[in-house]
Amino acid sequence: MTLLYIALAIVACVGLGWVFRLVGQQLTGNAPYFRDMGLGSAFGFALGAVVLLWVVVTYYRGMTAEGQDANKYFFFLVAVHGLVAFSVLAYFFRILGTQIGSEGSKKLFRNMPLTASFGIVIIMAYAFVSLFAGQISVTTIVIVGVIGLVLAEIVRAGGDDDAAKGIGVAFGVAIAIMVVMYFVGPLAPYGQEEVLAKANVVPGGNPAMGGDPEFPLGTDQIGRDILSRLIYGAQNTVGIAFATTVLSFLIGGSLGLLAATLGGWLDQVVSRAVDVLMAIPALIFALLLMTIASAWAGSEKWLLTVFMVIIIAVIDSTRVFRLSRAVGLNIVVMDYIEAAKLRGEGLAYLIFREILPNATAPLLAEFGLRFCFVFLTIASLSFLGVGIQPPLADWGTMVKDLAQFINFAAFAPQVAAAPLLAAGAIALLTVAVNFVVDWMLHKSSGLKE
Amino acid sequence: MSDLLVKIRDLKIEGRSDEVWNPIINGVDLDLHKGEVLGLIGESGAGKSTVGLASMGYTRDGVRISGGSVEFDGIDLLAASAAVKRGLLGKRIAYVAQSAAASFNPAHKLIDQHTEGPVQHGVMSKGDSEKDGMELYRKLRLPNPDSIGFRYPHQVSGGQLQRAMTAMAMACRPDLIIFDEPTTALDVTTQIEVLASIREIVEEYDTAAIYITHDLAVVAQMADRIKVLLKGDEVEEADTRTMLSDPKEDYTKSLWAVREFQRPAKPAVITGATPVVSVKNVTAAYGKVPVLHDVSFDIHEGRTVAVVGESGSGKSTTARCITGLLPPKQGVIEFDGTPMPLDYRKRTKEQLRQAQMIYQMADTALNPRKSIGEIIGRPVQFYGGLSGKAKRRRVDELLDQIELPGDQYHDRLPSELSGGQKQRIGIARALAAEPKFIICDEVTSALDQLVAEGILRLLARLQDELKLSYMFITHDLATVRSIADEVVVMKDGKVVEQGPKTEMFTPPHHPYTDLLLSSVPEMDPDWLDKLLAERGVDNIGDAAVGKMN
Repeated sequence: MTLLYIALAIVACVGLGWVFRLVGQQLTGNAPYFRDMGLGSAFGFALGAVVLLWVVVTYYRGMTAEGQDANKYFFFLVAVHGLVAFSVLAYFFRILGTQIGSEGSKKLFRNMPLTASFGIVIIMAYAFVSLFAGQISVTTIVIVGVIGLVLAEIVRAGGDDDAAKGIGVAFGVAIAIMVVMYFVGPLAPYGQEEVLAKANVVPGGNPAMGGDPEFPLGTDQIGRDILSRLIYGAQNTVGIAFATTVLSFLIGGSLGLLAATLGGWLDQVVSRAVDVLMAIPALIFALLLMTIASAWAGSEKWLLTVFMVIIIAVIDSTRVFRLSRAVGLNIVVMDYIEAAKLRGEGLAYLIFREILPNATAPLLAEFGLRFCFVFLTIASLSFLGVGIQPPLADWGTMVKDLAQFINFAAFAPQVAAAPLLAAGAIALLTVAVNFVVDWMLHKSSGLKE
Repeated sequence: MSDLLVKIRDLKIEGRSDEVWNPIINGVDLDLHKGEVLGLIGESGAGKSTVGLASMGYTRDGVRISGGSVEFDGIDLLAASAAVKRGLLGKRIAYVAQSAAASFNPAHKLIDQHTEGPVQHGVMSKGDSEKDGMELYRKLRLPNPDSIGFRYPHQVSGGQLQRAMTAMAMACRPDLIIFDEPTTALDVTTQIEVLASIREIVEEYDTAAIYITHDLAVVAQMADRIKVLLKGDEVEEADTRTMLSDPKEDYTKSLWAVREFQRPAKPAVITGATPVVSVKNVTAAYGKVPVLHDVSFDIHEGRTVAVVGESGSGKSTTARCITGLLPPKQGVIEFDGTPMPLDYRKRTKEQLRQAQMIYQMADTALNPRKSIGEIIGRPVQFYGGLSGKAKRRRVDELLDQIELPGDQYHDRLPSELSGGQKQRIGIARALAAEPKFIICDEVTSALDQLVAEGILRLLARLQDELKLSYMFITHDLATVRSIADEVVVMKDGKVVEQGPKTEMFTPPHHPYTDLLLSSVPEMDPDWLDKLLAERGVDNIGDAAVGKMN
């Protein structure tokens, strides 16, 4: 029966597309755009229009619904509002970018698609939330300030005054934000481990529906505030994922470029070792190693987290190795590398000064993708119970903890949607990173639209 | 006129870069009659390919036709629907690209790609088209015409591939074929064969053609009429003979005059002088495949030795042996009478400094992520130990030597330079090491003739000023004639003939040298006819090389 409905809907959309194309042809006097439009494209337009219509109707019903009905639409409304808010932010962010900065950065922003701007805004929001989840300490501000000063001085000594000024401005802005946030206080209303008096508060903050305005997203089974844990989760999951990705790039990237440059037996040995590691399914391999690591770590929870970072970094570095070796091989055969070799340059100069600058674009794009995968691996491991350990908040663990609420979907949709909050946070970041990566790949491949 | 096939009026084309549309073609008119061959010539960037493609109603990505009209046999191609164009392209209009190797799909056999067009357009059945394809292969004098179609593109040589592509364009017997530099990437001996067969088949089927090239001598053989383009504008158009004998515009005259650059002969080398570089009995192999057999020659101070031969003859391998990238199996490489370590890794910095190299493709020879200042500054710093202001001064000096103003070019990236300027940067990088000896590996073959001439003049001037010795690898005998003092002719890894230039260009020659010399197209529209009449179609180009073995 359902299949029949789906088939009917598709046929209707095709018909609608055909009508749309015909009308377009009639109205525009058979302009090339409509004349050469395939039925597939017309179908796409029709389908898009139908989906948009459905969203608008549902949104209207959500806004006008009362009582028990209203809660059904709670997360739909949050999603629509969030999407619209971030899109508007992204739009203004792009405009801002075209107004300030150097000539190069202005041009970058002018050519930026809205999706990339959207992705950047979301990534910045995540970074902001994870940095300022807890109260920022004076020591941190001082340390960042000192690092900024030292960096700027080093660059200035290197003779690049403009770059030094840029670093100074960047660190100045960062410190200003930190000072403001020092007085604003932590973003999370409660601690991540804090067990509060009320458990199982329904999200939505509407007392009539079993919610509580003090816990806008509700609390979990043992009474921890879900909003606070989401915010701390950003800090833990994103921070650890970032560290892991950086580590995997240090290992895989340097080995890959080295193998590409030297070739010969080193390339063979490392490549075959990587093949062996890649032959084992990554998640199962990680699980296996984590089980061993948890025996080593014993009761030291932080040690287990360190082990996890190393294990995931090593497993993921195999993929980075493959890419950087492939990219490196294409660059190594260039005449300018031969010229540098004949000049008598050392290995370090060849790799870091001649090859790496040409490999940055694909490696940077891979960094974004790899970050998503690492992030998902950590979430999966946490979901399976061997990742980030409680009481530290983590999105994977949160999905696991709240997963049983899905059983209530039939009669309490707002409760059932609670695990989707953490899952949605994961999904949003993944989509955002991919938007940015797509844009970077598009730019580096030199494609024109 | 009724037999007007292509009629282009006031064609304007724009290309998008840096967010604005810049004009590429500013109003070009073009008429092509049935069965006529029109030659389009100009430097790179003149817009010849763009005009060629526009006559099919097509533009590349990021390019648009902003004005004018293109009519093919009365059909307005700019207003035609996609369906109408699909019916024309491949069937009545065909295209032959410059690089056949890059244009064939490596995953399919030649004949399968050949039959695709006729079958798609419903001209012939697959079986008929296969038979027809073999017939065309025979007409184009491909070896084994009945079986060659069942090979994959990588299994046939470049010249054969180019002819297979011409056959493919002919598959539907189109009214118009656009040849976009079909022989530019080929050796002279291969080129002559391709030219002869293209001309024959175009004449036989009375096909109209637009022949795009930057080689004047080639276009003189092929075209009935010639149109000269410069930066998107038409310079002049005339019959081939009129154009060659009596060019009107200064630009056209300058194109014609390019080949007149010739260096005066130098006095003979003093007997007993130690050569700067001496290659003695070098034998080399890639793995187990032998490439060089007992190659010996000397290069003296202030002299240019041109190493001539087809691709695969071992010219570049000799250079790799001298630089130490490919250590020879036997033989000695001497600089100033001192034997060098054969592997470049074992040479000292000072030894490496003495021999520098300039590459064919400036695009791959300059790191695209480094500024000109960094590229030239690195050898200055590396060998000379200069840094900061002293380095900058030296770089400016070098830029001055290659006739580029330092303050403008110091911070640019290679992508912001033209092909000729990039090649100059390659020269400056070699000069920065202050070498005695420079290997020039086909340095002008990727450049337009005017630009190439500038590079040759620059190299000659630098040689006089700095007493440099050059090893000049090339397959272009016109270049040899203009710059070389001595010539080494190579074939299949062996030195066939060597001696001073004057001797080499006066008979008697070794048969291979003779073949090379006779295959260089001349600016005489009857040259190809005369040659064919003299030798017969089976005694030119690769066929003749084959007989020699």
